[in-house]
Amino acid sequence: MRLDWLYVAVFAVVGTVMAALPLAIVWLLAPRVDLPQKRMTYESGVVPFGQAWAQFNIRYYLFALIFVLFEVEVIYLFPWAVIFRQLGAVAFVEAVLFIVILGVGLLYAWRKGALEWV
Amino acid sequence: MEILKAIVETILLFTFLAVVTAMLGVYLERKISGWIQSRLGPKHVGPQGLLQTIADTVKLLQKEHITPLNADVPTFNVAPILVAVAGLLAWMIIPFGPAFGRIIMVRDINIGLLFFLAMASLIVIGILLGGWASNNKYALLGGFRSASQMISYEIPLALALMVPIMMAGTLSTRAIVEAQGGSIRNWYIFGGPYEWYLAIPGVIAFAVFIIAATAETNRIPFDLPEAESELVAGYFSEYTGMRFALFQLGEYAEAFGMSALAAVLFLGGWHGPVLPGIVWFLIKMFALVFLLMWARWTYPRLRLDQLLNLSWKGLVPLGFLLVLVTGWMLV
Repeated sequence: MRLDWLYVAVFAVVGTVMAALPLAIVWLLAPRVDLPQKRMTYESGVVPFGQAWAQFNIRYYLFALIFVLFEVEVIYLFPWAVIFRQLGAVAFVEAVLFIVILGVGLLYAWRKGALEWV
Repeated sequence: MEILKAIVETILLFTFLAVVTAMLGVYLERKISGWIQSRLGPKHVGPQGLLQTIADTVKLLQKEHITPLNADVPTFNVAPILVAVAGLLAWMIIPFGPAFGRIIMVRDINIGLLFFLAMASLIVIGILLGGWASNNKYALLGGFRSASQMISYEIPLALALMVPIMMAGTLSTRAIVEAQGGSIRNWYIFGGPYEWYLAIPGVIAFAVFIIAATAETNRIPFDLPEAESELVAGYFSEYTGMRFALFQLGEYAEAFGMSALAAVLFLGGWHGPVLPGIVWFLIKMFALVFLLMWARWTYPRLRLDQLLNLSWKGLVPLGFLLVLVTGWMLV
């Protein structure tokens, strides 16, 4: 069990090194010519207008919010699904209640127009 | 000793991902695209153009790294590495099949599927970071679109996973494959070793999984984050050379990983007659990869509102329904 997570840690560290390795090779091989024009961001060939870090559509945030709610609740279903067959009918009824509440929540968000992209 | 073994396995898996998923994946993508469009695809480097991607990689190694003037430099550099490493970690729990008296897989983590989902979500963060750090409007839009799309489809993905988990009663991928042994009838897409009518949620869950996986990996028809006709290249517009290649590696690793997971969960993993297990696993994985590439040239790209509607008003309610129906059938 603990060994598994040791492996995950080793994979994360060694994987980072291996992913960074080609970048190091590029640093050795590739040419480096620094021109200000070259470092401009691409904007269909014209000189970039202002910063990209400006206001953006609030809808993205709304969807992120709904996502957090539902994803957290889906996470609760994982342990339930694993032991579901050992618990039988009781577990099933409980899950029905849980999912119905979730469904009402989704319906509410739907009716409120939180799922519309305008 | 264990650490040394882990390091060797990391290098092996990374090489597998770089060669099989990224290099062979790009080659197959181009070859299949060519075949579908009645042209030849790569042809000149090596027999049938097999070495084309290697030549491309060597070319990319010699390309200069350009960091945009206003970019957030540390974040800009970290993003491609994060995407590639997350793709690598997701592959840790994929069981390849039996060989040399053991099952070839990195680690049989007891919460394997949850781990896979977690690593797949890490890719979103890498993409969002990359899009934001470039300080390019196209990249930023691509990053946002990718985030909203991938989070929307993560819920149907997780709900579709619930069906095999409920049938198997475990999150360990190896145990899930072992439970599907015997005959084709025991594959979870056909209801596993239970009553025949469990095939109904099985098939629907498989379909939901494939649709959600296509969206998760940003592939056509859900390729809004990198829609080349509207966003240039989306979140990696500003990435050059090997950094771009790392993004590609992460994406192909995820696309192949999702196909491999679908084969493991629904299509019996390494089980099959005559041929050795690993071969069966690879056949199933490549068949699903082919399905992804086929879809690419069959469906037009969705609009953002259609995409979100499909997930929130279609697949999410369907997913919840699936969980209930499967539960009802299994009780």
